[in-house]
Amino acid sequence: MKLLSYFRSAATRLFHRAEVADDLEQELRSHIEHRADDLERSGLDRATAERRARVEFGARERYTEESHEALGGNFLETLLRDVRLAVRKLRKSPGFLIAAVFTLTLAIGANAVVFGVMDGLVLRPLNVPDSQSLWGTVYGVDAGFQSYPNYLDLRDRNHSFEDLAAFSFVFAGLDTGNDPSLAAGFAASGNYFDVLKIQPFLGRFFHSSDERGANSAPYLVLTHAYWHTSFHDDPGVVGRIVAIDKHPFTILGVAPPEFRGTLKFISPDFFVPIVNQDQFATTRTLTDRGTTHSVFETLGHLRPGVTPAQAVADVNAVGAYLAATYPKELSSRTYTLARCGLTSFGGPVRAFVAALMLLAGLILLAACANLGSLFAAHAADRSREVALRLALGSSRQRILRQLLTEALLISLCGGAFGVMASVALLRKLGAWQPFAGAPIHIPVNADASNYVVAFVLALVSGFLFGIVPVRQVLRANPYEIVRAGSAGRLGRRITLRDVLLVTQIAICAVLVTSSVVALRGLERSLHSNFGFEPRNTMLLGVNLTVGGYGMEAVLPVQKRLIDAMGTIPGVDKVGLVNNYPPLVYASAGRENVFKDETRDLKQSNVAVMPYSYDVSPGYFEAAGTSLLSGRDFSWDDTKSETLVAVANREFARILFGSVTNAIGRFVRMQDGRRIQIVGVVADGKYLSVNEDQQPALFMPSLQSPASSAYLVLRSQRDPQELGAVIRNKLREVDPALPGDIQTWNSMLGVALFPSRMATASLGVLEIMGAMLSITGIFGMAAYSVSKRLRELGIRMALGAKRTEVLKAALGRAVRLLAVGSAAGLILGIMASKVLAFIVYQATSRDPLVLGGVVVAMSLLGLLATWIPAQRALAVNPVILLREE
Amino acid sequence: MSDQAQLLPGTLDLLILKAVSLGPLHGYGVLLRIAQITGQALLIEQGALYPALFRLVRQGWLKAEWGTSENNRRAKFYELTAAGRKRFREETESWNRLAMAMTTALAASAEEV
Repeated sequence: MKLLSYFRSAATRLFHRAEVADDLEQELRSHIEHRADDLERSGLDRATAERRARVEFGARERYTEESHEALGGNFLETLLRDVRLAVRKLRKSPGFLIAAVFTLTLAIGANAVVFGVMDGLVLRPLNVPDSQSLWGTVYGVDAGFQSYPNYLDLRDRNHSFEDLAAFSFVFAGLDTGNDPSLAAGFAASGNYFDVLKIQPFLGRFFHSSDERGANSAPYLVLTHAYWHTSFHDDPGVVGRIVAIDKHPFTILGVAPPEFRGTLKFISPDFFVPIVNQDQFATTRTLTDRGTTHSVFETLGHLRPGVTPAQAVADVNAVGAYLAATYPKELSSRTYTLARCGLTSFGGPVRAFVAALMLLAGLILLAACANLGSLFAAHAADRSREVALRLALGSSRQRILRQLLTEALLISLCGGAFGVMASVALLRKLGAWQPFAGAPIHIPVNADASNYVVAFVLALVSGFLFGIVPVRQVLRANPYEIVRAGSAGRLGRRITLRDVLLVTQIAICAVLVTSSVVALRGLERSLHSNFGFEPRNTMLLGVNLTVGGYGMEAVLPVQKRLIDAMGTIPGVDKVGLVNNYPPLVYASAGRENVFKDETRDLKQSNVAVMPYSYDVSPGYFEAAGTSLLSGRDFSWDDTKSETLVAVANREFARILFGSVTNAIGRFVRMQDGRRIQIVGVVADGKYLSVNEDQQPALFMPSLQSPASSAYLVLRSQRDPQELGAVIRNKLREVDPALPGDIQTWNSMLGVALFPSRMATASLGVLEIMGAMLSITGIFGMAAYSVSKRLRELGIRMALGAKRTEVLKAALGRAVRLLAVGSAAGLILGIMASKVLAFIVYQATSRDPLVLGGVVVAMSLLGLLATWIPAQRALAVNPVILLREE
Repeated sequence: MSDQAQLLPGTLDLLILKAVSLGPLHGYGVLLRIAQITGQALLIEQGALYPALFRLVRQGWLKAEWGTSENNRRAKFYELTAAGRKRFREETESWNRLAMAMTTALAASAEEV
C-alpha cells in the first residue's frame, strides 16, 4: 500500500512537476514575506526587512532541494530536472557536445561492429539444435580433409559420437532448364541432416536409406537462399528434375532459411548425397582410401556424458587402427576435435578476433580518456558556476550527479548513433559477397545483442569519463574560486589528465604499430615470389563435363582450346593446368612420393609429399614460372611415353640435394609407377601466401587428362577487352561451353582475403585511434596555451625568443607524446606476434616499421600542436595584458 | 541567541505536530508557534522547516490548503489529519517515556547505584 501510494505520489509529482515547483516557490516566498512583515513592524524599512528575511531563511537552494526530495518522486523527478539542466548546459557549448558525441559514436560503433563480427564468427554456435555438443574432427594437418573409406570406418568404429556425418564441396554447373550456371554445393553423407537434427522447409531431405552405393542417390536439396534467388520461392520445385553437370538430379526439398550449411565462411547453394560426388570429378575418390580429397569435414553430436577429451582419445584409437590396417595408404596422424563452423581455422580466427576486440576496447578507452580530460577542462571552466552553486547551498553530491547526468547523456547519444552506424555496416558486411562465383561470406549478426552491448558500453564509458572531474569538484573551495577567478593554478605535478593522455597516445601508437606491421606484411605478400607472375595473366576455366564431352574427348578439345587462344593477337603464351592453378581456392592435393630404390611402398617410407599439379606444355612460360634446369614438357610426352615430371627447387633439394642432381633421376609413386624428373622450376606458393616453402611436383596433363582445367594466357592487353575476345574465341570452339574468365590477380583475392581483411580492419581502427589522439593532444595543448596566454604574453614582453615561448607552451604536450609513443611502440611490437597468425610475414623487426611508426606519431603530434603553437606565437603581450 | 539549544534530531517533527495540533497554521506561523511554546529556547533555521513539513504531509499526518493569512497574504495552512492526531499521541507518549528515563538516569547519584 505504501509503495503504491509512493508511486502514485511520484506519478502525480511527475506530471505536475511545474505546478509543484511553482507551489513550493510560492510557499517559500510567502514565508519570507510574512517574516519581512514582522521585521518591518519592528521598525526596519521594507527593503532591509526583506533582505534580512532572506538571510534568516538560510540556504534556500538546499532547502528547495530537500523539500523536493521530501515531497516524493524524487528520483525520477531529479533525474528529469538533471536531464533538462544537462540539455540546457550542453546546448550552450555545441562544439564540446558535437566533439564528444562524435568521438563516442566512432568508438562505440567500432566496438559494436567488432562485437558483431566476433559474435557471428566465434561466440555464436551454428544455427542447429543442440549445437553445444556438435563437434567436427580434424585429421592430420590438412584442415580436416580425409578419405571417404576412412570416414566410414571412423563413423562405424567410434564410440563417442551419436552418429557421424561428412561433407565435401561440389562446384558444378546447375541447369534448371535453359540457363546453366555455376553453383556451389555440399556433397553430404546421407545422415547429414539427421545428424544435425534439422527439418526441411519444404519437401524432404535425403537420408542414409537413400544411399545404395556409388551414384545411387541422384537427389538434390536446395538452400533457402538459392531457392529464393534461382527458383523465385516456387513451392512446385519439389520433384522437379534438374541437371548438374549434365547428370539428372531430383529436387527433394528446401532447407530451412536459418540453415546455411555447417561452415561459417561458406554458404552453399545446394546439397547432394556424397555417394554421388564422383559424378562431378574426373577421378574416382569415393573408393580411394589414401586420398585426402573426398571428405572435407566429419561432424556429429557427442553422446551424452562423453567429454571432448575422451572423444579425441577414441577417434585417435580408430586412427591408429586404420594406420595399422592400411599401412600402404595411410600414415599415422592425429585427430583433434574442433567446433563446427570454423574447423581448423578456429584457432587463428579466434586469436585475431580477440585481438581486434581488444584493440576496439582500447579505442573506446582512449575515447574515454579523451572525453575525460575534455570533461575535466569543461568542469574547470565551469568552476565559477560550481562554486556559486556550492556557496548557495547546493550539495556536492547534487553537482556531481549533474555532471554525471551530462556525461551519460552524451554517452547515450554517442551509443545510439554508434549502434545505428554499426548495424548498418554489419548488415552490409553480412550481405557482402567478396568474390563473385565463390560462396564466401562473412557471418556477422546485427541483432539485439548489438544494441545491448552498445548500451552497456555507452553507460560504462559515460561513467568512466564522467568521474574524471569528480575529484576536482569535491576539492573545490567555493570562496577561493570565486575570489581568484578561473585562472587558478596550473600544477607542475603529473595530473590525472596527463596520465590519461599518455595512455591514449600509447594506445594510438599500439594501433599505428600493428597496422603498419600488417600493411608491410600485406605489401610483402603481394610482392613476394609466388613462383609465377600473376600480373598480365588471364585465366580461362573450362569444365568439359559441363560441355557434355566424354573423357576421350578431353585432350583433343583442350589442345584445340590452347591453339585457338594462341591465335588471339597480343596473347604471347598459353598453357593449361588441371583443376585450379596455384593459390586459387587452396585446391592442390598432395602426392606420396618414394625414392626410386624403395620397394615397400608403405606410408612410413614416403620420402616427400609434394603438392601435385598436372600441366600442359607451355604452362610454365605462360604462368611465368622460370625453368631452372632441364626441359619443359612437350606435346610428345603423351600417355604412352615414359612418365616424366618437373619438380620445384624445394622438391629437388629434399630428395636429391641440388637442382642439377635431380635432372634425369627417377622417383616412385604410390601406385608403383616410376617417374623421371626432366626439369626443375623455381619455388613458389601453392595453397596460401603464408605457407612455408613446400615441395611441388608438376606432371604432364597429357598423361592424366582431367575435364576441369584452367587455361593460362599471358598477354599485355587490357584484361576487360581481352576477356571479351577470349569469350568469343571460346564460342568459336564450342558455343555451348561455359567459361570462367578472370585475371589471375583477381582470383588470388581469395587467398589474400584474410590478410586484406585483417589489414583493412586494423587500418580503420588505426585511423580512429589517430583521430582520437590528435583531438586529445590538440585539446590538451590548446587548453594549456589558453590558460597560460597571460604568462606567455609576459614572457614575450620580457623578450623571450619564439622557441622559448613554444617550449613553455607545448613542452609538456610534446613530452607526453614522446613517452606515450615509446610505450605504445613497445606494446605494439609485442602485440604484432598475434598478427603473424593472419598476415603473412607480419614482423615488427623491420626498420621500416619502426621508422613508419615514429614518423606517423611525429606527424600526428605536429598536426595536433600546430594550431595551439600558432596561437601561442601570435600572442600580443600589450593587448593581452591590457585586457586583464 | 547563545542560550538557545540546538534541536535534537527527530524532535522537529514532533514539535511541528504539536504546534499544528493547537490549530491550523501556515509555515511561518508554525515557526512562531514553536518559538512561543518553547519560550524561544530552541534554534531552528527557518528554511529547515519546509522539508520537515513536506515529509509529514507525504506521510499523511498533515494536510495542507492554500488560504489567506492574518497579514492578508496568500499562505498555505497545515492541519493534522486523523492519522496525524494518532501519530502525535504515540510520539508524545514515547517522548515522555524517553524524557522520564533520561531525567531519572541523569539524576542518579552514587549512593543509588
